Parts: sequence; structure tokens; C-alpha cells
Amino acid sequence: MERVPVLKIGDILLVSIQIDMEDQVALQLQEDLAERIVATGVGGVIIDISALDIVDSFVGRTLATIASVSRVLDAETVVVGMRPAVAITLVELGLSLPGIRTALNVELGIALLSANRRPEMPDIVGDEDDQAAVPTP
Amino acid sequence: MPLSPDEARRFADLLESHAEPLTARWTELVVASLRGRLSGAELHRQTTDLRRGFQSALSAGAIEVTDGAADELRAQLSELSSNRARQGFTATETAISIYALKEAVLDVIGDGDDALRLYVAFSAFVDRAALFTFDSYVRIRESLIADQAEQLLELSTPVVKLWEGVVAVPLVGTLDSARAQVVMERLLQTLVDTSSPYAIIDITGVPAVDTQVAQHILKTVVAARLMGADCIISGIRPQIAQTIVALGIEFGDIATKASLADALRYVLSRNGNKSSRS
Amino acid sequence: MNEESQRLPVVSDQDVVRVRQLVRTAAVAAKLSLVDQTKLVTAASELARNTLVYGGGGHVEVTPTRSERGKAGIRIVFSDEGPGIADLDLAFTDGYTSGGGLGLGLSGARRLVDEFDIVTAVGEGTTITVVKWCR
Repeated sequence: MERVPVLKIGDILLVSIQIDMEDQVALQLQEDLAERIVATGVGGVIIDISALDIVDSFVGRTLATIASVSRVLDAETVVVGMRPAVAITLVELGLSLPGIRTALNVELGIALLSANRRPEMPDIVGDEDDQAAVPTP
Repeated sequence: MPLSPDEARRFADLLESHAEPLTARWTELVVASLRGRLSGAELHRQTTDLRRGFQSALSAGAIEVTDGAADELRAQLSELSSNRARQGFTATETAISIYALKEAVLDVIGDGDDALRLYVAFSAFVDRAALFTFDSYVRIRESLIADQAEQLLELSTPVVKLWEGVVAVPLVGTLDSARAQVVMERLLQTLVDTSSPYAIIDITGVPAVDTQVAQHILKTVVAARLMGADCIISGIRPQIAQTIVALGIEFGDIATKASLADALRYVLSRNGNKSSRS
Repeated sequence: MNEESQRLPVVSDQDVVRVRQLVRTAAVAAKLSLVDQTKLVTAASELARNTLVYGGGGHVEVTPTRSERGKAGIRIVFSDEGPGIADLDLAFTDGYTSGGGLGLGLSGARRLVDEFDIVTAVGEGTTITVVKWCR
């Protein structure tokens, strides 16, 4: 069975779905992500679906579950790159994916995540030395 | 009274033996009917080709325009109608170009015993050819009109980049379902292409909104949200606001602003808040 | 070749993916618009999964077709010999599900296609036929 790779970039896990996923692959991704969030302690997850030419209710539900699970694990999920035709179809299907944050592309997704986490910075500076260690010029 | 294959061949001979005067007379008649809008030389070339087309169809034994032997002739007739339709000639003017052949033939047919019978049969053949021309003229005009309607649709729904990260669709004119759909798809595609997280749908120029159109706008807004962009609707006229409420359409939490300028100000202030935070 | 129907068994997850790919290819060949292709493939995915999950497996048949007015289109038939659907009205209610899904399969798929026909009998199985026409 194929597996969707999960990449860690700084404080973010990046998932780019490039294949037409079997349902099992989607469920596997859901599990993998939960484990990686805990293992890496990241604050954000970006799922790039720009290569997907359809999103059906199963994939939609999986994305919603991933978002909920990661929220419980204190990581914000942003789904990025949904194609216009996919969005139109989802609306017709009746799937509005409440609870999922979206952005047009990976770049805007990263901006959305950092804008969200910024206000918390003062509180976490004390505990998280990796970010506080960045020298100020 | 259709042509017999034998008569068809006799006519082919007639068309050949009187080629010169026939073409000249035919051209003269067509020139007169088109009142000089095409040059005599050009029409002469056309009638020469057509005469050859009729002759070879008939000599191959075509007794109907729909026969296989008349394939070439039909192609010529289609091309003639296509050209005439594009040049803006009427259907009548186009058909007369074919009918004129009958009059030209009358001058050369002579007065043999069966000349009348032959002429009537040949007339019927030319009539069919003219009707065929008429039909293809109509078909070509219809496709021209459809093309133009499509071009108009494209022209009437521009999606413009208004500011960094903000695109706008100023909708003008009646919105039917088909057009609303085109607008929706183009707007969403532009959001992706320009990576703009904001879209303003300005409906100042829309005279009326019915349930279906309102639904299309709503679906566009929801689809844009799914993709990660926000839509603002501006320019809702008082009557349209009344209609929307009367129809019981829920605009929910979609931002609406009185004018395009207000919408832009609103978007920029939200953008500003965001950038000041980062 | 083009006008022939193609039939696929649906007995596993991979088969659902295969159905999607087959429908996509047929929709492209019939020159459906991109949005219509997407709608049809999505509907096929929902219905093929239904065939697998609720029908206990079955078949999908994809056929290029023409309307009386000459419009091109795609007809897809999903058939299974599963338990059938006892209450159709309920099955078509948005949000109703008997299998832990989102409950959008049947009702959602119906909104994505131009024609939708369902024949079902308890204990005998379900056959769903959908058609999408070129605009």
C-alpha cells in the first residue's frame, strides 16, 4: 500500500497528497499525522491537496478528522490548494468542511499559521528555547 | 419530377458545351442581385467553380443533391453559404446565387421537343441545391450567433485584480444561471492564479436577482471559502435587498457592503490588521 | 472502442480508485467540462463506495452515450446484490447514514449528476443509474 509522506519544516508538518488515495491510505495518513504531531511537537499542519482532482465525502471526512485530532494535540491544520472545480463540487455535494481552515496555497497557509501563533509568543518564549535562541540583530 | 440519370448526363453535356455564355449570364445575374457588394471577378470565379461542380455531379449520375455523386457539389455549396454568412449577406441573397443558374440555363436550353420537361426536372435539382445552401446558411449563422454569445459572455464577466491580494468581479446586466456559473468558475480560478485571498463581487449593475442567481452567488462564496478566500458582496440595490429578504434567501455571515469602494476599504482594513500583527 | 461500455468489479478499496480513473477517462473523452468531470467522478466515487460498503461489492459499468438531441454524455450503472435499501426517503436524507459516513453519499451524488435512477429491493440488491450530459 502506498503511503503519503509527511515532512517536517520548522514548526510545521507538511503533507502533499500527490496520489489518488485509496480509503485505507487516507486512514493511514490520519494515523501517521497524529503520531508525528506528538513526536515532533509541531504547532501546525499543512495539507496540500492541489494535486487532487477530486475530494469525495470520505476524503473530506478524513481531512475534518485530521483537523479535529490535531487541534486536540495543540496543532492547527490548514488545508491548502483546493482546486476551483473541487470546491464547486464539494458545495454541490453539501460538504462545507466546517472546522477546517483553508488557504489558497502553501505560502498563504504558512502565513495563516504564523499569524495565529504569533500572539502566543510571549507566553511560550520562556518554555521553548529553540525559538528564543534565535539571536536578535 | 426528378431527373433520370440519363437526363442528368444530358444536362452535364449542356453545362459543358455552353460553359462560357452560361457562366457569363449566371455571373451577371448574381452580380445584379448582390448590388456590387462582391466584385464581378470574384463572383465569376465562384460561378465558374459551381458550374463545374454541377456538371461533374450530374455527369456522375447524381439525380438528387443528397446523392453520393454530389458530395463535391455539396461541399462547394456549404463553403459558399459559409462565406456569404460571414460576409453578412442575407439568406435570400445567398440562395439567389444558386437560383440564378435556372435563369441562365433557360437561355441556353434551346427549344427541343422535351426541353420543357428537361428544364422542369433540372429546375427541381437546382431548387434542392438552393435549399441545401439555405439550410447550411442557417446552420452557419446559428453557430456564428452562438460563438458571439459566448464571446459576449467572456467580455461581460471580467475578473480584475483590484489590489494586491484582492480581485473583483463587477457584474453588469442580467445574470442567468449559465452566466452565473461562468462567473463563479472564473472568479475562483482567478483567486488561485493571483493567490488573492479576497474577492469582491459587485452587483451594482445587476437589475434583478432571482432565487437561482442568489443561490449561485452563495455557492460561489462558500466554494471560495473552501479554497481559503473570502468574498464580499457590494452594490446591493435597495430593490434587490427587498427581493432577497422576500425570497427568504439567507446571506448568513457573508460580508455585504454598499459600494465597491466600501468593500475595498473593508478588505484593506482587515488586511492591514493582519499585517500589523505579523 | 470509444462507444463501448466498460465494466469493473467493485470488491475492494483499489477498485473504487479504478472506477474513479475509468470514469475520469470516459468523461474527458466525452468532452465534459472540467467542473462536470469533477462532479461526475466525485459522484462515481461516492456510489462505488456505497456499492462496496453497503452492497457488499458489485459491478460498475461506464458507457458513453448520446441524448435524443445528440448531446454527448456518460452513463454509469452501479449494481450490487446486497441487502437493498428498505427506506429510500430516509436513505436520501442529507446527513442520514447507516454506515458511519457523513450521510451525503446518495443525496450528494444525486445533486452532482443530471439523471439519477435507483432500483432497489430488500434482500435482492440495488442498481443505481446516473447520467451526466455535456453542457
